[in-house]
Amino acid sequence: MNVWFSKFANPNRFLKVSSVIEPWATRFTFALFGVGLCFSLFISPPDYQQGETVRIMYVHVPSAWMALFCYTVMAICSGSYLIWKHPLASIIGKETAPIGACFTFLALATGSLWGQPMWGTWWVWDARLTSMLVLLFLYLGYIALQEAFDDRVRGSRAAAVIALVGFLNVPIIKFSVDWWNTLHQPASVFKMDGPSIHSSMLTPLFLMALAFKAYYIWLLLVRVRSELVAGKVTRWKQRKVAD
Amino acid sequence: MGKFLEILKRDLRLAFHQGTDSLIVVAFFTLTIALFPLGIGPDQEILKESSPAIIWVAALLASILSLNRMFETDYEDGSLELLCVQPITLEVAVIAKILGHWLTTALPLIVISPILGFFLNIPWEGYLGLLASLTLGTPCLSLIGSVGAALVLGARRGTPLLALLILPLYIPVLIFGVSAVDALIQGNSPQPHFFIIGGILLGGLALAPLATAAALRQAVE
Amino acid sequence: MALFEARNLKCCRGDRTVFRGLSFCLEEGQALVLKGRNGSGKSSLIRILAGLLSPVSGDVIWEGETVFNEPEEHFQRFQYIGHLNAIKPTLTISENITYWVKLHGGKLAYLTKALKKFDLENVLDLPVRFLSAGQKRRVGLVRLIVSSSVIWLLDEPATSLDNAMIEQLENIIRDHRKEGGIVILSTHQNLKLDDAIELQLDSF
Repeated sequence: MNVWFSKFANPNRFLKVSSVIEPWATRFTFALFGVGLCFSLFISPPDYQQGETVRIMYVHVPSAWMALFCYTVMAICSGSYLIWKHPLASIIGKETAPIGACFTFLALATGSLWGQPMWGTWWVWDARLTSMLVLLFLYLGYIALQEAFDDRVRGSRAAAVIALVGFLNVPIIKFSVDWWNTLHQPASVFKMDGPSIHSSMLTPLFLMALAFKAYYIWLLLVRVRSELVAGKVTRWKQRKVAD
Repeated sequence: MGKFLEILKRDLRLAFHQGTDSLIVVAFFTLTIALFPLGIGPDQEILKESSPAIIWVAALLASILSLNRMFETDYEDGSLELLCVQPITLEVAVIAKILGHWLTTALPLIVISPILGFFLNIPWEGYLGLLASLTLGTPCLSLIGSVGAALVLGARRGTPLLALLILPLYIPVLIFGVSAVDALIQGNSPQPHFFIIGGILLGGLALAPLATAAALRQAVE
Repeated sequence: MALFEARNLKCCRGDRTVFRGLSFCLEEGQALVLKGRNGSGKSSLIRILAGLLSPVSGDVIWEGETVFNEPEEHFQRFQYIGHLNAIKPTLTISENITYWVKLHGGKLAYLTKALKKFDLENVLDLPVRFLSAGQKRRVGLVRLIVSSSVIWLLDEPATSLDNAMIEQLENIIRDHRKEGGIVILSTHQNLKLDDAIELQLDSF
């Protein structure tokens, strides 16, 4: 495991592999967004209850999925960074965090836009929205802790610990918010899931989910590459000062 | 065990010598609670209904305010570094420090909370629940908070950063702490709420010292 | 077989390699003096030997076995004096020292003798905040005499000590080595130690 991991985690090898994947990720992103948006905006039918506003779902649901996905990636990277101490794991975690935070924000914003016509208000303390809000703060805490130290390594390690602590806590927080929600809002909560999703809606939903994922991979590769290059520049400057 | 008590004794002695620190936390707690009636208005009914939540939120904020004291002075004067190279399991030493912190900052809050409940017009049935939920819940706050307190050692803007990191993790304790009191006031059984807080306490007792000790080792490296 | 040994240590801080390929062997009664300019890794080496900092590669060995497997046994073996004195200003001198002795193990019966050596016996019950910098440093050093640890790891022990006290420190180190103790120290001042091994860290 260790050998395999360090082989893959060599920065130069990573750059080589990513230079192959990156153009494909870009193409997939544009293609999937093109087709997905056509489906979700024009081809799929409006909902018999919600009308045209249902189309917000095609952005809202994939971004909520990505928000959770990115946090999972961050937690896995943090765990492997703490165990195997490989800097690349910490860079991937660090570069995923702002992307994940943006997806979380997007999920909150679209959820609120969707809520206005559905519930007649911009914000309800619904269990899903509240948990998402908490997740946004977990992301912000991770990013802030990473930046708070003069020593980069120390920042990465501290952030890795808090990512793991947060990851353990997310289910507990979700559970408690659900509990709290049932205490305070009996039964009248609108339910999105259930048997009512028709396949004509599932196709654009999955296309959009894939498009979001491709976009994430593309963005991540660009960010990791620039981080590695920035590291090289810093080391070069340090050598120049030392000479 | 002797070493555990030794660490605890020293922390208590230090807190006693710097008594104002504990006093500040109590004063902050009281002041925060006094702000709510001023903001909400003197309506007895509304205050009665929200009093458990007000007291719990104030306890959360007071806990955050006091957390930086847990390791910071030890970090600055070299005691933490020396503690890390003593022939004692660091996790055990961490539990001693958390216990010391709880005794000197959270216990005064619990003691004073009935008086504040009195000001907020909390119903009689709620008093026992308030005391019990604070007694069971504040150790959770100290345990979870210790991880954050250890992580921000040596960071810029330590205290606001600590609040951002730790307050989201406090949410479950807040929810179940308040619901336990509410259940008692409404005449329901508070037992499930207490069980869940107890579960969080046990989980925290098992995991938090590990994470805190790991964070402390990083901090002194 | 050497008693205390470092093998091929490599140390990095941030992206910078501080030293690599560093090895030494010490027998009973030997002293190692670390030399080098600022940032050459004197403190880092002492912290690695104390187990506070983990080396990127290499090993620290006691009687043929790596110390990192049984850290608590290793902690028992040495006394560490860092840049900071680890004393609390509001506690008295005796409270401060007793605490560390109880945590580490050692003979409290030696305390009076130790305090006399460092000229502190008259201020025993004074809170530390009334002391001067040099006196505070001496309070930190008292731990050495009271403990029964074999290895002394001293990072700049002579900081803010006056000449008389530096001489006293030299005597104490000599006594410790006579009893078979090992001393590893870094210093800017010229502490006079008989036939100490010098390690120049600039060359690693």
